[in-house]
This record gives sequence, C-alpha cells and structure tokens, in this order.
Amino acid sequence: MSESLLEVKNLKKEYRNEDVVTPALNGVSFKIEKGEFVAIMGPSGSGKSTLMHILGFLERPSSGDYFFNGRNVNTFTDDELAETRGKEVGFIFQAFNLLPRTTLLDNIILPLFYTNVHKREWAYRAKKVLTEVGLEHRLTHTPGQISGGEKQRAAIARALINDPAVIFADEPTGNLDSKSGLQVMKILQELNDHGHTIILVTHERYTAEHSKRILKIKDGLIISDEMVGNRQIADGAKELIK
Amino acid sequence: MNFSQCVHNSFIIIGRNKLRSFLTMLGIIIGIMSVIVIMSVGAGAQSLILNQIKSMGSNLIGILPGKSEENGPPASVFGTPIVTLKNKDIQNLVSPAFPRVIAASSYARGLDTVAWGDNKVDTYFVGVSASYIDVEDTFVSQGRFFTEEEEKSIARVAVLGSKTAEDLFGDENPLGHQIKIKKTNFSIIGVMRERGVSGFQNQDDQIFVPVTAAQKLLLGINYINFARVKIDRSDSADDSVEYIKQSLRASHNIDNPEDDDFSVRSADQGLEVMGKITNAIRLFLVAIAAIALVVGGIGIMNIMLAAVQERTQEIGLRKAIGAKSKQIISQFLFETITITFLGGVIGIILGVAISATVAMAAQSMGYQWDLVISLPSIFLACLVSIGVGFIFGIAPARRAAGLDPIEALRYE
Repeated sequence: MSESLLEVKNLKKEYRNEDVVTPALNGVSFKIEKGEFVAIMGPSGSGKSTLMHILGFLERPSSGDYFFNGRNVNTFTDDELAETRGKEVGFIFQAFNLLPRTTLLDNIILPLFYTNVHKREWAYRAKKVLTEVGLEHRLTHTPGQISGGEKQRAAIARALINDPAVIFADEPTGNLDSKSGLQVMKILQELNDHGHTIILVTHERYTAEHSKRILKIKDGLIISDEMVGNRQIADGAKELIK
Repeated sequence: MNFSQCVHNSFIIIGRNKLRSFLTMLGIIIGIMSVIVIMSVGAGAQSLILNQIKSMGSNLIGILPGKSEENGPPASVFGTPIVTLKNKDIQNLVSPAFPRVIAASSYARGLDTVAWGDNKVDTYFVGVSASYIDVEDTFVSQGRFFTEEEEKSIARVAVLGSKTAEDLFGDENPLGHQIKIKKTNFSIIGVMRERGVSGFQNQDDQIFVPVTAAQKLLLGINYINFARVKIDRSDSADDSVEYIKQSLRASHNIDNPEDDDFSVRSADQGLEVMGKITNAIRLFLVAIAAIALVVGGIGIMNIMLAAVQERTQEIGLRKAIGAKSKQIISQFLFETITITFLGGVIGIILGVAISATVAMAAQSMGYQWDLVISLPSIFLACLVSIGVGFIFGIAPARRAAGLDPIEALRYE
C-alpha cells in the first residue's frame, strides 16, 4: 500500500489558559499525497493556523494521530521535531520573517546552519533557489532595501533551500498588493508544477483557488474537502518577475 | 551547527548592530584594559622601586628595633616607637673582631621648620653617626662632615642636604651661618652632594646633625630609629647578619633568639620584603579592576536579555526552520562569548599600548622603568573574557531557547 505524505486522524487540539479551555481543533482527519497543492481555508479563529502548526511540527496535538511519511509524529522527541522542520518543511509566513539588516544571501542560507550540508554547497544552493524566485541580482541587498513582493520571494527561496518535502505558506499574500501577491502565487504554482507539495493557509477564496484542492475548516472541523473546479492560474506575470 | 558556522553566524549578528555591539563590549574592554595596565604598570613601578633599593647599595644591612617575622615587615613600620635600640649598640658593631663590618651609622629623625631670613622649609633633621658618609657612600660638596669627636661631644654642627641648602640660602654660601632647629642653634659646616630620590626618600632635603645632638638636644630620646651597617662585600651577607644579631643579643643580654628585640635585614631580604609588599598592592589593584569586569559582564547579560526580547521573532523563525533548543543556546552563548572575546582582545591591545606609553614616558624622565608584559597574563585575560561571556551569556541563551516557536513567530 502506498503511504500518503501526511495523514491526520481525529486530530484534536485545545488550549488551556489557567482554567479556561479553548478548543481549536475538534477531530480533523484527512490525507495529503505527494505533489498536491492544498489550500486550507477558513475564517479567522477557525483553527486553520493551529492545523498548519501541527502539520508543520511546530506544535503537538492534544490527541489524535499525525503520520508523516508513515511515521507517527507523536513519537518524535523535541529534537526530532526540530530536525524534521529543518529537513522536510519549508515555511513561508505572512510577515516574511526575514532577519533585518542581514543580506538576502545570509537570510536564505539560514536553514543550512541547522543541517549538516557542507559549507561548500551553500553558495551554490543559495544561487539556485534565488534564481528560481528571480532574485539572483539581489544577493547582497538587505530586506530594508527591497519591496514586499521581493521579500516574500526571498522567503520562498529560504523555504526551498533544504529541498523540503512540503512547503507551508501561511497567508503568503496577506501583506502584499495584488500584483506582488499574484507573482508569489505564480511561483508557488510553478514549484507545484515541478513536483513540490504545497499547503497554503488562507482566508481568501481567490487565493485559495490557485491551489488544486481546498479544505474548508470552521470551528475546528473540516466542513468540506473538494478539488478546485475552476482553478486560477497566475500567469502573464513572468515579465514582472524578471 | 559546527564551530565555523557559529562564528559566521555570530559575526552576521554582531555586524548587524555595530555600535551596540561595541558599546556592549566596552565594559569588557575597560575591564581587561585596566587589568593589563595595572599588572604591567604595577610591575614597572615594582621594578623601579626595587632598582632604587638596589641603588642604595646591596652591601648594606639594616637594623630596626623590635622583633619581626623573618620576611614580614618589621614591627616599627606600624608606627609604635620602640625604644630598645641604642646608639651604643651600633658603635659596638665596628670592631676588629669582625672585620667584614666596615662602618655603621645610627639614625634618629625628626621634623621641624627651619628658617633663614625670609626662607622657611619644612625638613627632616637626621641624627647620624660620623661614619654616615662611609655607610651611604656619599660625600660633601662644600665644607666637611662632622667628626667622631664632634659626635661624642654633642657638637651643635649641621650638614645641609643640597636642596635644603638651596631652598634656604639660594646662591649665598651657607657655611659658617647659624640656623635654629627646635630652638637650638646649629652652625653649618657642610653641604652634601646632590643624591636624588633613593628608597622613597629624597636624600637632598634633609639636615644632618650628630646623632647624639639629635637625641639629647632635639628629640629628647635615648634610642635610635634604625641603623645601617656597611659590609665589605654584598655576597654572603648571612654571616654578617648573624654576627650583628649576636653582638646585639650580647648588648641586650638576650639568650634566646626568640626574645630578640631587634630585626636585622640584608639588602636582599629587604628586596624580598619589598617585592612581597608591592606584589600585594598590585594584586589588590587587580582585584579592583576585576570588579570592572564583573560590572561589564552584568551589562552584557542585560543587553543580551534585551536582545533576546528584541529578537523573539528571529528565534521563533530559527526554531521553525529547524534549530534545536541546544543549538539556540549555543548560538546565543557563542554570540555573547564572541562579544566578550573581541572586547578582551581590544582591551589587551589598548592595555599593552597604554603600558608601553607609560613605560616610555617614565624612561624618558630617567627612571629605571622596565616594560613588563607577561604572556601568561595576556593568555589569562583572553580566558577571563571568554569566561565572562560564558557566565553572563548562559541566562540569556536559556531564555532564548525556552521560547515557544509559535508565540515567538507571532511576536511583534
């Protein structure tokens, strides 16, 4: 039997703050296969961020199982979680989270600090991923010197540098104007075309429709799981990127 | 994350905020610099003092009243006058029975204001024996020194130090004039040659009178403050020291050396004692400078704690992209240590530069000042600066590692 890339079964998460228990996920089950482009969509407070954090090994569920490549993540130690985050996962955040006053090159190689990839390979990898996002000419710029769209592309390059099994994009277009947002979506679609598995978290229908499959989540439950019928393709922006 | 990656990473972070990194280092720079300067200038000053003691003549043996430990300071330095040592004891030392003793002089000192015309000077009058000029290897530039007969007859004669003579009489010839010391008239029979500073004491602003006159006419005492004995050679002073001790015991009717009421020191022993005292002073000063290091360390801890707060998002990101807790700890610890180590290196460079400047200045003023910079002390300074970084970096590093990555990522 072929294993899914990731699979969750009856996943629950609740937050305790003193005596107040706030449920965030109330039993979520689904599978995601390698090469998929899935959007997790829901209003704020629906639990979509919590779900992404659990899927991204940043948080542990209160109950339920999470299998990654067939391995039960519940058995992972904290260090194994950190290692898996470094090797198998690339994160793209709404706020970019680039280190200020640090060159794009140094920002992009940051994940390599925590791997045992040989230093000789660092520059080669950095150039490769920067080229993929069209920023090869911005190597020595700092985040303060580039636009929001370029920042997010740099963040995508950082997410790619360890060639991860899955890329999580948490509202990647949230802080961008529509043109830059489209560029970012186009890169994500291209990456997916090249075989990368992408999980997109958003509350915008239009952004979600760039994916191939939408999981709708509300009040901690999956309320629908369907393929995108009329997929948006971000194209015609090739000139804008270069 | 291996060592070179840690270094690379630390330099990225430190370079990101150069002014703050420098200010953070400042405490360590100043601390290490002070320690180096104090060690080095202290050693230089020590060499100067010891050289001066040597210049007083290493074939001298000192006698002080009161018993003392072999290498400890004599009892009389604590200020209590001890009355057991007499001029007669010293006169007895020069005898054909022990020819290695060439000369011996008693010293009894007091302070008074001496006037000539409108000129007044506060000066020490020193009662010494007639053999003083032999003991101290000096001579008069004008007139003559007083004789043994004058010493015995309590003559009211005085020999001025060169500076006292100049201060009182200017260009006038002081010989034959009368000055009043403690309301007693003394006639000036000589002026000493200029000797400069030797053994903490300016030898030139004193007035020398017969020790008998100082005791009976000026001080009203029958004891002496100390004595110096000159021996023929500086080597193997031990038998001379032993001879002097036995002679004094005989004069004082002491059978048991435990009961000695005097202490006898050769110049070598004196050097040793002085070396110990100056070392103690140096260590004390270094200890004070070390406080600056501790203060600097606390400053660094404070700034690193603030940096952890400020870089919460960065820490969250680092955790999200695969940093383990211990890697976060080592990263922050390494950053702190890099800052303190760089500060230490800068401090060492500045400290050596200042010490060299002081040494050159002192040498150019004609002092026998050695530039002493010991490699172990530099090595130690490096270790200390690393240690300070380690000790004061632990708390901020642990706080950083303890952050929850999700909270940290959300932190604005």
